[in-house]
Amino acid sequence: MSAKVTVRKFDAVIVGAGGAGLRAAIQLSEAGLKTAVITKVFPTRSHTVAAQGGVAASLGNSEEDHWHWHMYDTVKGSDWLGDQDAIEFMCRKANECVIELEHYGMPFDRTDNGRIYQRPFGGHMSNFGEKPVRRSCAAADRTGHAMLHAMYQRNVKANTQFFVEWMALDLIRDAEGEVLGVTAMEMETGEIYAFHSKATIFATGGAGRIYYSSTNAFINTGDGVGMAARAGIPLEDMEFWQFHPTGVAGAGVLITEGVRGEGGILRNANKERFMERYAPNAKDLASRDVVSRAMVTEINEGRGCGPNKDFVYLDITHLDPATIMKRLPGIHEIGIQFAGVDCLREMLPVVPTCHYQMGGIPTNYHGQVVVPGKRTQNEIVPGFFAAGECACASVHGANRLGTNSLLDLLVFGKSAGETAVDELKKSPKSHKELPADAFDRTLARLNRLDTQKDGSNVHESRLDMQRSMQKHAGVFRFDKLLKEGVQKILEVQKDVEKTEIKDKSKVFNTARIEALELDNLIEVAVATMVSAEARKESRGAHVRDDAPDTPERPNGRDDANWLKHSLWYKEGNRLDYKSVNLRPLSVDTIALKTRAY
Amino acid sequence: MTTRTLQFKIYRYDPDTDQKPYMQDISVEIDATDRKLLDALVKLKAKDDAIAFRRSCREGVCGSDALNINGRNGLACLTDIASFPEGKPIVLRPLPGLPVIRDLIVDMTQFFKQYHSIKPYLINNDPPPERERLQSPEEREELNGLYECILCACCSTSCPSFWWNPDKFVGPAGLLAAYRFIADTRDQATSERLDNLEDPYRLFRCHTIMNCVDVCPKGLNPTKAIGKIKDMMVQRAI
Amino acid sequence: MVNRKIVGAHYGLRDWLAQRITGVVMAVFTLIVGLGLIQGAGASYESWRGFMSAGLMRFVSFLFIVSLCWHAWVGVRDIWMDYIQPAGIKLTLHVLTLLALIGYAGWAAQIIWRL
Repeated sequence: MSAKVTVRKFDAVIVGAGGAGLRAAIQLSEAGLKTAVITKVFPTRSHTVAAQGGVAASLGNSEEDHWHWHMYDTVKGSDWLGDQDAIEFMCRKANECVIELEHYGMPFDRTDNGRIYQRPFGGHMSNFGEKPVRRSCAAADRTGHAMLHAMYQRNVKANTQFFVEWMALDLIRDAEGEVLGVTAMEMETGEIYAFHSKATIFATGGAGRIYYSSTNAFINTGDGVGMAARAGIPLEDMEFWQFHPTGVAGAGVLITEGVRGEGGILRNANKERFMERYAPNAKDLASRDVVSRAMVTEINEGRGCGPNKDFVYLDITHLDPATIMKRLPGIHEIGIQFAGVDCLREMLPVVPTCHYQMGGIPTNYHGQVVVPGKRTQNEIVPGFFAAGECACASVHGANRLGTNSLLDLLVFGKSAGETAVDELKKSPKSHKELPADAFDRTLARLNRLDTQKDGSNVHESRLDMQRSMQKHAGVFRFDKLLKEGVQKILEVQKDVEKTEIKDKSKVFNTARIEALELDNLIEVAVATMVSAEARKESRGAHVRDDAPDTPERPNGRDDANWLKHSLWYKEGNRLDYKSVNLRPLSVDTIALKTRAY
Repeated sequence: MTTRTLQFKIYRYDPDTDQKPYMQDISVEIDATDRKLLDALVKLKAKDDAIAFRRSCREGVCGSDALNINGRNGLACLTDIASFPEGKPIVLRPLPGLPVIRDLIVDMTQFFKQYHSIKPYLINNDPPPERERLQSPEEREELNGLYECILCACCSTSCPSFWWNPDKFVGPAGLLAAYRFIADTRDQATSERLDNLEDPYRLFRCHTIMNCVDVCPKGLNPTKAIGKIKDMMVQRAI
Repeated sequence: MVNRKIVGAHYGLRDWLAQRITGVVMAVFTLIVGLGLIQGAGASYESWRGFMSAGLMRFVSFLFIVSLCWHAWVGVRDIWMDYIQPAGIKLTLHVLTLLALIGYAGWAAQIIWRL
């Protein structure tokens, strides 16, 4: 491979064209800035397309609702690890962002009086946790698809410049730490380019593929998170991974929580509605971490279904078939395709499946990337922004509520875009000069991959990583397994450092792309395992055997020692911590409380 | 666990090394957990990392892995391995009618160009209201069967009219999208949209062959949408 | 020369409609002739000539011929559009087709009114 790097200059470069990237791109393109959007896949193939159930906004179209209630639910859902300024910002912005989408043409379902249809969703309650509320704005069970297409279409209208099937490889930072763009590979030709920009926005999504069983797409390889880690940016709260309660057993394909929102019930082998025991108030609509743990407990205690007693059933056979076909047509399709089950008549086999990365690149609620510095724990990295699943604002804390991910990408995609526009207006006309070593890391990685002899197999190394993560950092975590897991994942990392590919072609070399993706996945996996091993409490999605539920520490949560964000640094594989922001923007702090549904 | 060997005949072409394309015979062992063609392809790639194909969501919503499977366009992730007859090799080719970049990967530029040519975005020049634009459930229902398109190109690349005039005929996917906006009560550009298609090629090269309906992995019906556009044009003309 | 794809000729609907309407006319004519044959119009030259030379039948036959030519014009032009790319040759072929079809129509009219 030639070491020639072509440099192209833009005002702003956005990496990723899923929900957050497209939302940010609308902001920048409509402001008339010269913007490049780099994406590994055609924008409408980004994984936002697979979101099903809805996007949260307290529109109150079907019953009374308020952003403050939404904020309370989100803080409680996060097990108080979410930053309350960012959460207030997101919940207050929700209505505006959802209405904008409607104006872009998104085909929301409608109520009889013509407004956006809303359905109940897990953990979303009225009046500060009283009873479930209809807050999830939905387009059947294809909300993500409808949303992603609507935003892509808006970008077509705004004439956004896309670089489709280009893979960003590394962040370019100068000696002062300012971000000046990214290096990227055009997949079709294998040529290397540098995108030299005044603002760089990461919207690269999550890395669910670090786990063996995941609802995530093949492309969800944490590219932005990996690039940031390599460039010295710490990763926040990486131990918190959401296991979605209802992935199709065996296939991992997502079944929306909207199924339970529409009245679906989880049943064990005795046909018992077991969630009544775990969450007497919210029942099947408790928060995702709570439901997933209840399901695994049922399975572990021998009440699982099927010949191997390794899944539970999701039952909607009692619902009106017309309602199912109108509100959940995609689920009916998925049941037939991936479970061989017609959900109108039979129950769906489901199992908790890795779904969402709560942690990521640390940002403030303006979408600016922040790192601990000399003066404060949140110093802005000039020129660098992040939004969506790859970022950690942090609104989801230790556990995300369903429908808050689509809201996150809208609000923070827009916010990052707006902030970038403001910053660019203030910035000087010319680009800051690229450092001499701007492309070194990228070229070294590519050269290593092309010349590796007697290396490890990409497929095998990836499987090793996925199996280790699944075994050592799953729904329930064990001190012993986590300690072993850290050793194991560091061994896998050594393999990943010497991956070898047989295919040396320059043209659309998917073997090379998968090897480069694995470089990113492994950063995420190590960050996750190390952060998880270190956090000696149970909180949200992170529940460990040596931090059990006791009267002194309900749910095993230890606020005295662990009410803080983890920060993992690649360099030295070390951890640091920063405090949680408990001060909202305008309202009173939502005080610490035991979390129960 | 029960295993089965699948025989494949796969279209291979790497312009970097191959003089011309060829069909490669290759087989792969699969087990009971491999239900879909994509599962087998992933195993195949573990065996030979040079086989190039697109894939992403593996659940039929992203539209990446459209292929020509045993002569018929479809998504690898929605094609059941069990549906293949035993003892016969599975023939995989890239989507027909588009230039091949490599192996099973085609250049979709022309396909997206046509999609973009119909102005695939809502046009409404009224100042946006404070709240959502109202739309009755019945009006919204008009969009069902239209908005669900995943742009996989199975339809357009199975359409002989598109094969012959990919540069001038919009093709089923683009026309479905065109009608998606015409049918939307919030869109105000119906006349312009009809004008845009009023040409011997762009719309009227559809000869209701209906291959598009036959192959759509989402069960959509572009021919019906095209018929509705023609109806509207007639209505407007008389 | 700039090689732009040129579309938007704005006669798509007219031709599509024309093809359908002329198709219906031809179908109806075929039906009428079929009915005549069943009733024995084809038994002898005399009866056939009588059938075809009736005033209304002359008009219907001529309508059929015009429909056929028009229908053929759209169809043949589509073939030239698809298979012949150089504009000059294409235009020549269009003109030749048109002339031939007009010639055929005139010739047919002559025959019909000579009966």
